[in-house]
Amino acid sequence: MSTWEDLVTTALLGTDRRPPATGGPGRDAPAALLDEAAVATVRRRAGLRPAPAEPRPEPAAEDLRPALPAAAARRLAMLLSDRPGIAAGSRRGTSPDLMELLPQWLAAANARGFAAPPQTLPALLDAARGRTDLRPAALAFAGPRALWLARLNQDWRFALRAAPGGGADLPGPEDTDAIQRLWQEGLFAERVALLAALRARAPEAARELLAGTWATERAEDRLMFLDSLRSGLAAGDEPFLEQALSDRSRNVRTTAAELLSALPGSALAGRMAARAGSCVAVDHTGDGPAIAVEAPPECDPGMERDGVVAKPPAGRGERSWWLGQLVEATPLSTWPARLGGRTPGEIVALPVADGWQGELHAAWCRAAVRQRDAEWARALLGVPAAPEAGGPGAVSLAERAKLLGTLEGPERAGWVAGFIAAHGLSEAFQLLGVCAVPWSASLGRSVVDALNIARDAGSYPWSFSGVMGLAERCLDPAEAGRLDALLAVPDEREDASPGAGGYWAEAFQRLVTTLRLRAAMLTELNPPAP
Amino acid sequence: MTQQGVRWSADQVLALAPDAASRKAGSKLGAAGPWSGAGSCEEGTVWGLCKGSGSKPYQTIVDIADPAGPAYKCSCPSRKFPCKHALGLLLLWAGEDDSVPAVRQPPDWAEQWIAGRRRRAEDKRPADGGSSPAAADPEGARRRAEKRAARVTAGATELEQRLSDLLRGGLAAAEQAGYGLWEETAARMVDAQAPGLAARVRELGAIPGSGPGWPVRLLEECALLHLLVQGWLRRDRLPAGLAATVRSRVGLPAPADGPPVRDRWLVLAQYDTADAKLTTRRIWLHGADSGRTALLLSYGAAGRAPELALPVGLALEAELSAYPGAGQHRAALGERFAAPAPLSTRPPGVPTAQAVARYGEALREDPWLDSVPVTLARVVPVRDGDSWQLADAEGESALPLAPAARSGPGLWRLAALSGGAPVTVFGECGHRGFTPLTAWPQTAGEAVPLC
Repeated sequence: MSTWEDLVTTALLGTDRRPPATGGPGRDAPAALLDEAAVATVRRRAGLRPAPAEPRPEPAAEDLRPALPAAAARRLAMLLSDRPGIAAGSRRGTSPDLMELLPQWLAAANARGFAAPPQTLPALLDAARGRTDLRPAALAFAGPRALWLARLNQDWRFALRAAPGGGADLPGPEDTDAIQRLWQEGLFAERVALLAALRARAPEAARELLAGTWATERAEDRLMFLDSLRSGLAAGDEPFLEQALSDRSRNVRTTAAELLSALPGSALAGRMAARAGSCVAVDHTGDGPAIAVEAPPECDPGMERDGVVAKPPAGRGERSWWLGQLVEATPLSTWPARLGGRTPGEIVALPVADGWQGELHAAWCRAAVRQRDAEWARALLGVPAAPEAGGPGAVSLAERAKLLGTLEGPERAGWVAGFIAAHGLSEAFQLLGVCAVPWSASLGRSVVDALNIARDAGSYPWSFSGVMGLAERCLDPAEAGRLDALLAVPDEREDASPGAGGYWAEAFQRLVTTLRLRAAMLTELNPPAP
Repeated sequence: MTQQGVRWSADQVLALAPDAASRKAGSKLGAAGPWSGAGSCEEGTVWGLCKGSGSKPYQTIVDIADPAGPAYKCSCPSRKFPCKHALGLLLLWAGEDDSVPAVRQPPDWAEQWIAGRRRRAEDKRPADGGSSPAAADPEGARRRAEKRAARVTAGATELEQRLSDLLRGGLAAAEQAGYGLWEETAARMVDAQAPGLAARVRELGAIPGSGPGWPVRLLEECALLHLLVQGWLRRDRLPAGLAATVRSRVGLPAPADGPPVRDRWLVLAQYDTADAKLTTRRIWLHGADSGRTALLLSYGAAGRAPELALPVGLALEAELSAYPGAGQHRAALGERFAAPAPLSTRPPGVPTAQAVARYGEALREDPWLDSVPVTLARVVPVRDGDSWQLADAEGESALPLAPAARSGPGLWRLAALSGGAPVTVFGECGHRGFTPLTAWPQTAGEAVPLC
């Protein structure tokens, strides 16, 4: 009997060259070899033994949240199976875009505190991997088992970075030795996570931790660490930030100055207020009061130290560039006193001499956003129906959207509703994006009315596909009933674009379908009363 | 005896989809929006009108109560079967909301189709009792069988000669000869009406390119092919069971003439493999009462789904008849007594050592067997370097996963379901390792398909 290795060697070389040990050379040698190999093969297979077990993994932490209701679990599977790209290029037709509903579904499930079905975790992690905006909600829903799983698969490492605590559990705020050790020896990502987590719980301690090693950090690391002070920024941070103003790195200096200017009581804010104040004043020499602007003549080293960038971008005059930065970093509360005790509304209404209005108002907008000053934002936004609100006024749409962000939800929605009612949808996309979901009744109604007007005007629905998509996701599902009248295909008018009526009916159909689906989604997540 | 009270789950509906595109299109239609006039009736029929791009909505009807499997009818022009409208309608119905209310009387257009189907079904039934055409001419059938056996013998002898030539010159030379040699030999086996031999020969051609260790695998497969040829040439001297196994391995057709076994057959797994010409669907069943495991095969032309679709987790009350051959699991689906309905029974599991032992025992009856169906109880998926294994939760044994099962979404679903805790896993256990197909969590919970 030959060994298996013998048989393989003989087979590789051929029986002509290497006669098998049994059977002898000649015509029958291959058959004899195959006979023996067949016996050996079946014997080897029949004699298979289990392998020794590797060490078992540490089980995943238990997820104590209640399980999803069955209908909601099925819905989740369906939302996750809708991967973009399978039928790319095809028209959307009347069916909803399921992937776009996933963020809402996740938010609703998280609000109710349900646990993810374990078998959906791979698909959830894959979805979150492809879309960074989904990650926080998806990972919160996926729970502790997803982190356990992510440690086994390179593709899902992002989950460990994104999750607070990452791979290793962060030490508690009182465990100062462990914090110090991790801060001194940890990887950059771990240190950023540690700093952010500590900042959320104990802002002072986080700053002191950072100050301790500040001098030895690399410039790009300093910038990232400094950025994490943005949350929980308080007057106590001023000395540290003030010191960072003389940092070697320009980016660090600029960030420190920006943080300081968001602290209205800081010395930097005071210095900026003094500088800006000397540039802007009320001028009574004309027909009525007006604002006169005298831009700074030079950018001195003091200004530069306070974060003013001396060199303007191409195409901008350097004096107006400096002025913008000074006004932006000045606490808005200084202006009423400086400009004759007027309210923000009155100040914004004042004419500005010599064409400085654009520059000045834009800087005030940036300041209102940075300082989250709702009163100034309101004044700068003006009345939504005002003619200049729709046109290319002093305040751009992007700035408007940011200003709206400083207002409370209902006021924001009301302003946008008024804007749409007066100016239609063509400029509304960015503004709608900052409104809370679901849209308030008045906002929803004005969007639907405006869509209806656009249809009657004879344009094609894809000119409004952005707003349509937002409406599908943001309109209150309760509004679906009011849309039924829009589903019919209207008679085609002569001046309308050919076939537009049918496409509109299709688009509204999709809108209603999506709203119904969202309503069903939310109902499924509400467990029946016991 | 219909189960109209039990609605299917979305997964089970989607398992009917012929391909991924239909699955996606169908799930988009599984919302109330485009549907109107939808309803379902006691007899287990679901219908609805689906608004498409045209002015007239499509009429979609699905008969889920038919024990012979769901039947579909849709006025859309799609050649997919079932079409996306049928899938969407079933999903809507599975969603258990009010969009598909239970109605006493279907609308006329649906009623006509249902009545037509029932009539045809009744017309067909008495015909089944008639004798098959083969029995009408036993002498002719015998002559045909002899003629075919002679051709297979000629093919088998030729194959044996080629194997001898190969071994005389050495396998190393075969690596240079490449795939063409095997393709040609496979074609000769097709001509000899021995499709089983042809398939094995074709697989031989792929082995030299399959990575390190190929000479061992090639010798193994050559030896087993040699064993099969020898078995065929001496089939008269083999025990009846083994002779039947050899005939089926060579590829001779044989009717499934085993005694029909009636049981509640739980669907353990369903998966497709496709080559250039054929899609093969394998469906593993577990008899809830008999404890037997059976395999149903269903075929579809390339790119099309086989017609038989049985979603995992459902059980069907039906009769199965085994195909001949010792150690074979393959069976034919006979009469079905009720539409598939969910069943929470799980197959009883064994530890890993017993699973490989079972494979070893099965080889006694069919030495050409690559794997046997096994349910493993209380195993934990464990990472083993780049690979994975299923380890007994208690004890020191483990089964490595088969190479094809070492990556992909199924593996990760298994790992996620386990979370480091023991699970029950059904799969195929063989010399390449274990291929997990379905898993159940430790606690109560639905079966999770992994394939």
